[in-house]
Amino acid sequence: MVAPLWLAPKERLQDLIDALRQRQYTVVAPVVDQAAIVYDEIDHIDRLPRGWIDSQAAGHYRLQPTSRDRWFDFVVGPDSWKKYLFPARCVLSTAKPLPDGWQFESAADDSPAYAFLGARACELAAIQVQDRVFLEGPWIDQIYQHRRSRAFIVAVNCTRSGENCFCVSMRTGPACHSGYDLALTETDEGFVVDIGSERGGDLIASLRLPEAPLEKCTAARLSQERAAMQQSKQMATGDLPNLLMTNLEHPRWKDVGDRCLSCTNCTMVCPTCFCCSVDDVTDLNTGAVERQRQWDSCFHEEFSNLNGRPVRNETRSRYRQWLTHKLATWHDQFDTSGCVGCGRCIAWCPVGIDITAEVAALREAPVRCPA
Amino acid sequence: MPCMTMSSFWQPVSMRIEGIQTEIDGVFTYDLRFTKSADRTSYHFEPGQFNMLYLPGVGEAAISLSGDRMAESVWRHTVRVAGRVTHTLSRCRVGDTLGVRGPFGQGWPIDAWVGDDIVLVAGGIGLAPMRPVIYEFLRRRAEFGQITLIHGARTPETLLYSTEHAGWERGGIVVQATVDRASSTWRGHQGVVTLLLDRLSIARPQRTHVAMCGPEIMMRYAAISAARRGISDERMWVSLERNMQCAAGLCGHCQLGPMFVCKDGPVFRADRVHSLLAVEAL
Repeated sequence: MVAPLWLAPKERLQDLIDALRQRQYTVVAPVVDQAAIVYDEIDHIDRLPRGWIDSQAAGHYRLQPTSRDRWFDFVVGPDSWKKYLFPARCVLSTAKPLPDGWQFESAADDSPAYAFLGARACELAAIQVQDRVFLEGPWIDQIYQHRRSRAFIVAVNCTRSGENCFCVSMRTGPACHSGYDLALTETDEGFVVDIGSERGGDLIASLRLPEAPLEKCTAARLSQERAAMQQSKQMATGDLPNLLMTNLEHPRWKDVGDRCLSCTNCTMVCPTCFCCSVDDVTDLNTGAVERQRQWDSCFHEEFSNLNGRPVRNETRSRYRQWLTHKLATWHDQFDTSGCVGCGRCIAWCPVGIDITAEVAALREAPVRCPA
Repeated sequence: MPCMTMSSFWQPVSMRIEGIQTEIDGVFTYDLRFTKSADRTSYHFEPGQFNMLYLPGVGEAAISLSGDRMAESVWRHTVRVAGRVTHTLSRCRVGDTLGVRGPFGQGWPIDAWVGDDIVLVAGGIGLAPMRPVIYEFLRRRAEFGQITLIHGARTPETLLYSTEHAGWERGGIVVQATVDRASSTWRGHQGVVTLLLDRLSIARPQRTHVAMCGPEIMMRYAAISAARRGISDERMWVSLERNMQCAAGLCGHCQLGPMFVCKDGPVFRADRVHSLLAVEAL
């Protein structure tokens, strides 16, 4: 175990960004845009949401200035790193019309190597979930593999929990334990830096940082523990897959189906949702056709179309599909839950449906109609 | 800038239509040949598997392989005109090219049936993914006990591959056809497939396998009928249909509970999906 290092004053975070950029990484970090904290490419610490926190609740997300000089006191917004590893739209292949028929060519992914600055513990967990989906099955998603294998991750340990956070009950946070190259914990005076990989160690060595003083390490650990204590929301996961799959005809599905707008927001902001669809886009000048993949959602009525009609023709069946997939059948498919407890689906649901409340309601009055 | 060339399951290869045969009204069989011979060497399929047929600018459709897997030069697909892709395909001519990805999915577990009696139950176009099984049986007839095909269709005119049935019978497969609406010249059975299944002589139910492909409602009742004859869920097999886009278990569309129909199926042992199919709109 390498001793944690001490990055202070906080402005020296610029040195880390510079070091990443010198190594040809495109640095992506949280920034304020359109009244939310989203992820974007940056080259300077000025763009970080210093002094902002987010107030969240079911169906609620607002940015507020904070009096403390904190750089990472917000939690997670509508974006996740998924948008860089599993892009919302990309070209899979092209077809060119030649005199003797179609010629098919593979598309090239010319994405840069990304450095994610500010990935939280729940987000590392989400990346590990998508690793299982895209990299560990019989078929590998090469676009994901290409981007993931080159990504450098600078994690940030949460020192504050949001109102929608429930990572503690999902055992994914708030402290980062694996899956990062470097992990920062913010204190009043600077950042304690943990090294998580050889690559991370090599990079941080160029900054010639001192070892973190013991009292800074203690302060960092205490603030992580405080964030965990702050969490009031939780999901009881014991026997959850079985509970859900034996309650597929529970009246709660109609109840939530009546509230749900089937708007797809939850699936768009979810850091693990991976459903996609494929469309053809034709160039009218050349006749060449691009096969494009884009994010899709099980909340779209036509998502389950079979011979022109949806299998899941009502919102309740679509909500049931989403929730049972995320929390039950995901275990069968990928040997992990599909939920990391980030709370995004709660904040960005326009009618404030809370996944933890839906689970609690099913748990409270199971009807046990076996599937 | 590092650049990656993808050669993945998403990548179609070019095939040329070498023959088109009209089977029945609105159902055509296409013989496809790889335009580059190099693509052919790595390609073989198991009965029950499917390909994604791709018409650029229109889209893809999952179509099962319906030819003989030992016929290596040509890949055969029987297609019913149902949606945009299959409609456009019906306007294609011999010599046209299209894209193909595959084969995908889990086929019929023929080797696990060796020594046992087999009942194939096919409704309508559901006979297409079973035809490679029939060819396999004809080639390896001595390895199996009694083999019966029960084929249901709406009318005598819509019985699929009817010109081949006599040959299958000569090869040792009992073929029983039934139609919903008989014509004046029809001498065969009339009614749903379960009527034939109910009447079928099943000498040793513990060593009989039932393989089904057709509308889900047909398979559900055929399974009930087979169960009444003493055949357990573990010896029934169904081929399912769902919306498929990637064919690799990565787009999410074809999910049925824990199953990705494209990757874990389309052929399933009935006990693995029986309770899932009983839930409406799952």
